[in-house]
Amino acid sequence: MIENNQTDYGTAIRDAFAYLLENYSDVFVIGQGLWSPWYVGNSMTNLDKEFGVDRIIDTPVSESACTGAAVGAAIAGMKPIVVHPRMDFMLYAMDSIVNEAAKWSSMMGGQASAGVTVRAIINRGGEQGAQHSQSLHSWFAHVPGLRVVMPSTAADARDLLIASVLSKDPVIYIDDRWLYSQTDHLKPVSELDLALEGPKIRRIGSQVTLVGAGFSAKLCAEAAELLATDGIDVEVIDIRILNPFNSAEIVASVNKTGRLVVVDGGWGNSGFAAEVIASVVEQLAPSSLKSAPQRLTLPPAPAPASSFLEEIYYTKASDVVAAVKAVLS
Amino acid sequence: MSLESDLTQGLIAESTHLDIPINLGNSSAEILLEQLKSMQLIRTVENKIAEMRRVGKIGGPVHLGAGQEAIAVGISKHLRKSDRVFSAHRSHAHLLALGSDPRALFAEVLGRSTGMSRGMGGSMHLWDQSNGFYGSVPIVAGTVPLAVGAGLAAKMQGTGDIAVAYFGDGAAEEGVVHESLNLASQLKIPVLFVCENNLFSSHMHISQRQPLQSVARFAIANEIRHIVVDGNHLLDVDRAAERLIQSARSGNGPVFIEAVTYRQYGHVDWRDDIDVGVNRSSEDLKVWKNRDPITRLSDALIALVPTIHSVISRQQSEISRDVDAAWDLAEKDPFPAANALLDTVYSENTK
Repeated sequence: MIENNQTDYGTAIRDAFAYLLENYSDVFVIGQGLWSPWYVGNSMTNLDKEFGVDRIIDTPVSESACTGAAVGAAIAGMKPIVVHPRMDFMLYAMDSIVNEAAKWSSMMGGQASAGVTVRAIINRGGEQGAQHSQSLHSWFAHVPGLRVVMPSTAADARDLLIASVLSKDPVIYIDDRWLYSQTDHLKPVSELDLALEGPKIRRIGSQVTLVGAGFSAKLCAEAAELLATDGIDVEVIDIRILNPFNSAEIVASVNKTGRLVVVDGGWGNSGFAAEVIASVVEQLAPSSLKSAPQRLTLPPAPAPASSFLEEIYYTKASDVVAAVKAVLS
Repeated sequence: MSLESDLTQGLIAESTHLDIPINLGNSSAEILLEQLKSMQLIRTVENKIAEMRRVGKIGGPVHLGAGQEAIAVGISKHLRKSDRVFSAHRSHAHLLALGSDPRALFAEVLGRSTGMSRGMGGSMHLWDQSNGFYGSVPIVAGTVPLAVGAGLAAKMQGTGDIAVAYFGDGAAEEGVVHESLNLASQLKIPVLFVCENNLFSSHMHISQRQPLQSVARFAIANEIRHIVVDGNHLLDVDRAAERLIQSARSGNGPVFIEAVTYRQYGHVDWRDDIDVGVNRSSEDLKVWKNRDPITRLSDALIALVPTIHSVISRQQSEISRDVDAAWDLAEKDPFPAANALLDTVYSENTK
């Protein structure tokens, strides 16, 4: 907790865990590093001491079996959360996520489902290099059957984690260590139905629609503040739920502003920014666009380790400001 | 920790051994006759599927386990409806041994809405949770960690139920199996691992894939109680399953059966596959058919009670009649509605 009853993003995630573990006896958490403060920031502090090591299970170095076990436990009626302190290592678990959990309901005729929550943490920067840095949300958003959630605010970090765990479907819940200093005044928990959640307008504006998910939504909000000082009025939409993707709010916004800039923390080619732009241009008449939609994504290269190259690699709020000014000129 | 069976895998796997009727000891003829009936039903259903696939009535691939029936029947006798069984591509026997309805299996193989997966799965994705069958899928080893998780859930739920992971010798070459064995052992999870070692993965003999032919060596490596059995010997499987399942239910952690067997059909569909595998000769196939688990059990029963011969014959005629009737009904069943395609993807749509 910080000043003025504000809660930071990491603590908000911990609040969600505590709420779930307190109120639902079928919730348990499994993954590497859960008994150590090293791995997950302040987002799970002392949960093992409060709720016991039988429900907060730190594991062998086996991403694949642990994720598969969480999927199997979900099929057997539990509400498991499997934690991957870095999304990069989670690639070992792709079969359990993409072939098993995502398809279980369809393959079994809708009679069963794998209501597992896979918490994937984006943890990059600080000269960590190519295998400690990836944002692979677009991969998961490609797969029917998975729900893909990226909270950008502390309130969403708590409320969407609770909604993810209570959903009967498999959910990839992606949080970002670069967001852990975000704060919100949190109201008492009110459970949301994840199936009813979607993109949300964070700032109302008229000249350009600015869209992002997770940390990119924060960049959009920061850029909007900077642009406002220059008298430029942009609308900011936080995607929040990437799959199934409901584009209605974004399409309506672009129909109003006529201009679209999408910021994405992943690569451009076949990435989520392309999905947003395609969704808009296939639903709007070309005449309603005042300029060609633009996307800001990572360069098509693995993340560098050198701090000099990192500075070039990652998108900054000033890049977003420049992109917005470019579509207005 | 020791190999509990006095039969070494090498002896069991040698095709010219063990083709004699099995020793029934003092087992009840009545119970054995029931188990024989279950094996006869599975064989008849699979032969029907093979024939219907051959004549083109079934559109998708079918992986038949004829010759391996004793394993599922011996194990299922010791399972409850509340246990959680997972399997892979060659799963018909595992399902039917639990008491599933052959018509629902036929309908599923035909992609009809009355199928056990409502026509959405076909032969390779089967589901019958009311009988304890939690699901089968064809990704090799895909369900092994899932069974570990279902066992972990049973442990947390405190029900005394166990999970079962059926897999083949090929799956033992997948990394996730080793992670699963380690995890289950470390967390003392009530799961029975059943490796049906039929010596072949697709076209490749195990000697072309692994330096040693006994898969139970991986149980030893993970401190898991295990027994290697002749998978074509119903009583051998039955006795091993009884001991190991009781151990798992009592909270002693995972257990492992390696059942050495042989599939009488090829990897997929009705053919013999004697032309695609390096070590699968027609001579081998003939010798293994002499070790047929159904013949060995029925011969032993007849030797014990000669008059049982007519009971077994009558049993077979009734099964054949019922299986034909079930097929005829399934063939007339409707396909899934078009909206099933999208409505089954998320559970919110299927409320």
